[in-house]
Amino acid sequence: MAYSDKVLDHYENPRNVGSLDKNDTRVGTGVVGAPECGDVMKLQIRVNEKGIIEDAKFKTFGCGSAIASSSLATEWVKGKTVDEALKIKNTDIVEELALPPVKIHCSVLAEDAIRAALSDYRAKQGTPVATPGTNAH
Amino acid sequence: MSDHIYLDYNATTPMDPRVLDAMLPFFVERFGNAASRSHQFGWEAEEAVKIARGHVADLIGADEKEIIFTSGATESDNLAIKGTVEMLASKGKHVVTCVTEHKAVLDSCKYLESKGEAEVTWLEVDSHGRVSPERVAAALRDDTVLITLMTANNEIGTIHPIREIGEIARERGIWFHTDATQAVAKMPFDVDALNVDMASLSGHKIYGPKGVGALYVRRKNPRVRLAPQIHGGGHERGMRSGTLNVPGIVGLGEACRIAKLDFEKDQAHYRRLRDRMERLIRESLDHVQLNGDEEHRLPTTFNVSFAYVEGESLIMGIPLVAVSSGSACTSASLEPSYVLRALGIGDDMAHSSIRFSVGRFTTENQVDEAAKTVIQTVKRLRDMSPLYEMAMEGIDISQVKWKTH
Repeated sequence: MAYSDKVLDHYENPRNVGSLDKNDTRVGTGVVGAPECGDVMKLQIRVNEKGIIEDAKFKTFGCGSAIASSSLATEWVKGKTVDEALKIKNTDIVEELALPPVKIHCSVLAEDAIRAALSDYRAKQGTPVATPGTNAH
Repeated sequence: MSDHIYLDYNATTPMDPRVLDAMLPFFVERFGNAASRSHQFGWEAEEAVKIARGHVADLIGADEKEIIFTSGATESDNLAIKGTVEMLASKGKHVVTCVTEHKAVLDSCKYLESKGEAEVTWLEVDSHGRVSPERVAAALRDDTVLITLMTANNEIGTIHPIREIGEIARERGIWFHTDATQAVAKMPFDVDALNVDMASLSGHKIYGPKGVGALYVRRKNPRVRLAPQIHGGGHERGMRSGTLNVPGIVGLGEACRIAKLDFEKDQAHYRRLRDRMERLIRESLDHVQLNGDEEHRLPTTFNVSFAYVEGESLIMGIPLVAVSSGSACTSASLEPSYVLRALGIGDDMAHSSIRFSVGRFTTENQVDEAAKTVIQTVKRLRDMSPLYEMAMEGIDISQVKWKTH
């Protein structure tokens, strides 16, 4: 299977691997996927007082495309507000990484991970957002 | 490719240079048709085929008259199964096989089932991938015409108790076919010792050429006759028509001759390197699970699951090491390996599986280098695996409620 250069780059040099303190009220954590499906993503964001996502971390169990999708997702959410981050679509990830059709689910999972993390953050802030269809599809 | 380390010998092998040397004259100079009885060209080809047939027979303890040349093990499996069911249609239509067989066997059986020509019992395997003789015996019926079970499994290397199952087949007067593609030349394989009536084998798994294989068909006690699946000039005792692939057959013959000649040496070499690979990996990594049967296993094969690491991502991290994975992501179907699933190991562990298979040309340096790269990559991927992190925190991953697709 041939991977795009961007997938290879994220796989070899993943951005923002790691974990934030999940008990921090300014940190939102999203864990999506399942081991038996072959991919699990954990994506975390930390939002500063101005409502900007100042840090993001991920850990992923999955194929190279899943790793690249979540790595890219952390890059993209950084510096955005929660509302802006919610606008990131899986199709943007597909396009950026030139994912083949069989790998589109990796991008869907990355979008789910962003939404789950944002949702967790907002819940902690007492302003939960509905995230329709994000965790089950 | 000189930097590449090939550890996928169960998929295919390079040709032994001695095999190539034996084949070369039969392309241009000695190109005759083995069925031409009227001139030197034909006689020469016929003689070469006869010698090759003898080498194949010798390796598996058969008589040369019992060897049918085919295009490969897939064709051999098709001929054995369909040929038996068709030939014995008046006697019965029940076939016994098992769920971890090669697709050539599974799909031949499914085809006959879909046509209403056979009723098939699909035996389950135990957690090591083995079928017990008792289970086979319990599945037999009065109208059972065929038992087909592979000698050794391609993915996990598990060896079935073929001799005992053959004994049961013999007692009950049921023909017994075994797909011996992975077994021949990698373990002692003798058709009489194992009570086998038909056996499939392939050239390219044993340092011979691709596109040629053979089916052993017993001539006495029982005398097995198969309905041909390819019709034509009546070659190969009428069981497989088509002009003989003389260079390929010569290559297969030479591969078998060498396999017999070097058998002890090869065995020791396979086992030493496979065990070395296994030891190096187990010494450096925890949560490594062997898939298959530690004891009843081909000496070439080491199939493991690296827990918390997905197989395709691991393969991506070891681009110079050629191995295969039971991960869904490396298969066209996006389903994890049906063989690993049949062991009941769980889809998560199937996704994390890698098969290493060593061969005649594998070196100690290659094994050391490959093990080093695999260990580094597994560690790197575990550092970015949320599952590993959870496991290290003491969370039982099997109890987590996942938000699944």
